[in-house]
Amino acid sequence: MHHVIVGAGPAGVIAAETLRRKSLVDSITIIGNEPYPAYSRMAIPYLLAGDVAEEGTYLRHAENHFSDLEIDILNESVTAVAPTDKSVSLSNGESVTYDRLLLATGASAIRPPISGMDSPRVHNCWTLSDAHKLLHDVNAGDRVVLLGAGFIGCIVLQALVEMKLDLTVIELADRMLARMMDDPGGRMIKTWCEAKGVKVRTGAEAIAVEERDGALEITLGDGSSIAADHIVCAAGVRSNIDFLAGSGINFDHGILVDNHLQTNIEGIYAAGDVAQGPDLSTGEQQVHAIQPTASEHGRIAGSQMAGEAVPYGGSLSMNVLNTLGLITSSFGLWDGVDGGDRVASEDQTYNRYLRLEFREDVLIGALAIGLTQHVGILRGLVQTGVRLGAWKRRLMSDPSQIMHAYLACVQGSRA
Amino acid sequence: MYKSLLIDPAKCTSCLQCELACSFENEGLFNPAKSRIKVFEFEHGLTTIPYTCTQCEEAWCLHACPVEAITVNPNTGAKEVSDSICVGCKVCTIACPFGTVNYNSSTGKVMKCDLCGGDPQCAEVCPTGAIVYVDSDWTGYSKMRDSALEAHA
Ligand SMILES: Cc1cc2nc3c(=O)[nH]c(=O)nc-3n(C[C@H](O)[C@H](O)[C@H](O)COP(=O)(O)OP(=O)(O)OC[C@H]3O[C@@H](n4cnc5c(N)ncnc54)[C@H](O)[C@@H]3O)c2cc1C
Ligand code: SF4
Ligand code: SF4
Repeated sequence: MHHVIVGAGPAGVIAAETLRRKSLVDSITIIGNEPYPAYSRMAIPYLLAGDVAEEGTYLRHAENHFSDLEIDILNESVTAVAPTDKSVSLSNGESVTYDRLLLATGASAIRPPISGMDSPRVHNCWTLSDAHKLLHDVNAGDRVVLLGAGFIGCIVLQALVEMKLDLTVIELADRMLARMMDDPGGRMIKTWCEAKGVKVRTGAEAIAVEERDGALEITLGDGSSIAADHIVCAAGVRSNIDFLAGSGINFDHGILVDNHLQTNIEGIYAAGDVAQGPDLSTGEQQVHAIQPTASEHGRIAGSQMAGEAVPYGGSLSMNVLNTLGLITSSFGLWDGVDGGDRVASEDQTYNRYLRLEFREDVLIGALAIGLTQHVGILRGLVQTGVRLGAWKRRLMSDPSQIMHAYLACVQGSRA
Repeated sequence: MYKSLLIDPAKCTSCLQCELACSFENEGLFNPAKSRIKVFEFEHGLTTIPYTCTQCEEAWCLHACPVEAITVNPNTGAKEVSDSICVGCKVCTIACPFGTVNYNSSTGKVMKCDLCGGDPQCAEVCPTGAIVYVDSDWTGYSKMRDSALEAHA
């Protein structure tokens, strides 16, 4: 049996390792198109900030990790998939046949469709090559506009501040982290960033970029403009699915997969940022584009390809990030559901915020700012759907008792 | 067979020796806030529960780590964080559904129980035997559930 995995990011690599653990005889090939050893995009901010060397971004550290596991690595781009021949075409003109195929091609950064975004002074911050270019072109003290203050934007923001840049953030939505934070939380983060010397403009749309005299002028929707030496674009990503055109594999925003992470074609699976798979909270198919989902998908897909048919309950949407020292996390249905209950406690002096969302007596989502101890329990409670019984009422008056509620309800469950 | 920390809350008197020993062993200072084992109090101390990582089979923290900073110690089975590899992204802190990996703001990295390399200091100092380090084939979830807390139905 030959397993072919397209993409050498976390999802692809973890799938290959899982397959090898489950089967010593099958052959496994990873085809990846980046000119580096398998690495984690997530570690890029720490490379930019100078916290780690390039090797510090690698997914695996042992020298012969992949050859020891007899996992072949091919440095090529897959240009097409032909399910009828069970083969993939490569950019060098060759093709590779498979018995089972995993598509783990991740996502790519996209730029807003406005004029001037093709200037070499506009940067992405998505790949190691992007990081090299940023480190090469941008110098301490440069005026930099960060386009986008979503999850990735806010992570990159931290690195850009550590690079000692003169930073202005422009965000189209009315708050920072619009998709993982509510209004009070978003406000707290913005105030925090401003207090640290970052200029933040929310509800602001860049409508044109012009390069003039070795600098950029960014025009905003309200007619004002900002001068900058560079733009770093964190305005969204898109699943890498273009090579699937004509393959018969179904996709929407990402590749549609069922609760076995299998596509509509038997023996073809998808995992990670490219997969639109079951969401634990809603049961709907969603692209999560986060590391925990990529690694979980990798493990599930590897097991499925090895012949284990245990269905997958879906992944939980969750994030954690550090914005200039303010630590924010979000879990599941943090915006609540109709007929559910909510409690939120905000402490502006200490920059702490905790919001819990319930359906009946089950925690279904949470937001936290400034919570660093035992924060994983929020995942545990949402993921396992533990019934909180009388503890729900206590949490409604004091949400900070969440760890106590967990211990009482889970560890006490036998009594 | 690996040994594991067996915790019996009924025997805990909340003396916090474990927290002090843990923070001293691992961080070089007596500071419960830096302890990897935490004693939770209920009903104003009537019931107390020492709580830490069970080195669960699933090892959610290890799998979620983007840079392989968490590995299994082959001698103890402990999932250990390497401070020199950890970039401090905190993904493991939200991935562990037991909430037993914590961010350490003094180092910018994370910390979790590593069984002190096979000589866990919490068990060593616990005067009542509420924490013992014993041979066990109990794992992860079942262990969490079985070390029952009868008082809290
Ligand atoms: C700066 C930054 C910070 C981040 N921070 C966080 C964070 O804090 N927390 C979090 O949860 N997530 C974070 N993420 C997101 C996280 O990195 C991704 O969710 C994760 O990398 C997804 O893994 P993957 O294996 O699905 O895809 P990828 O890591 O994108 O890997 C896919 C690989 O496939 C290759 N490929 C694509 N098409 C082809 C083809 N046709 N042929 C061959 N190879 C192909 C790609 O080049 C790539 O190497 C961050 C991302 C970035 C960029
Ligand atoms: S920290 Fe959490 S996920 Fe990691 S081994 Fe311990 S209990 Fe398991
Ligand atoms: S905080 Fe450190 S140990 Fe935890 S996932 Fe990130 S790099 Fe790995």
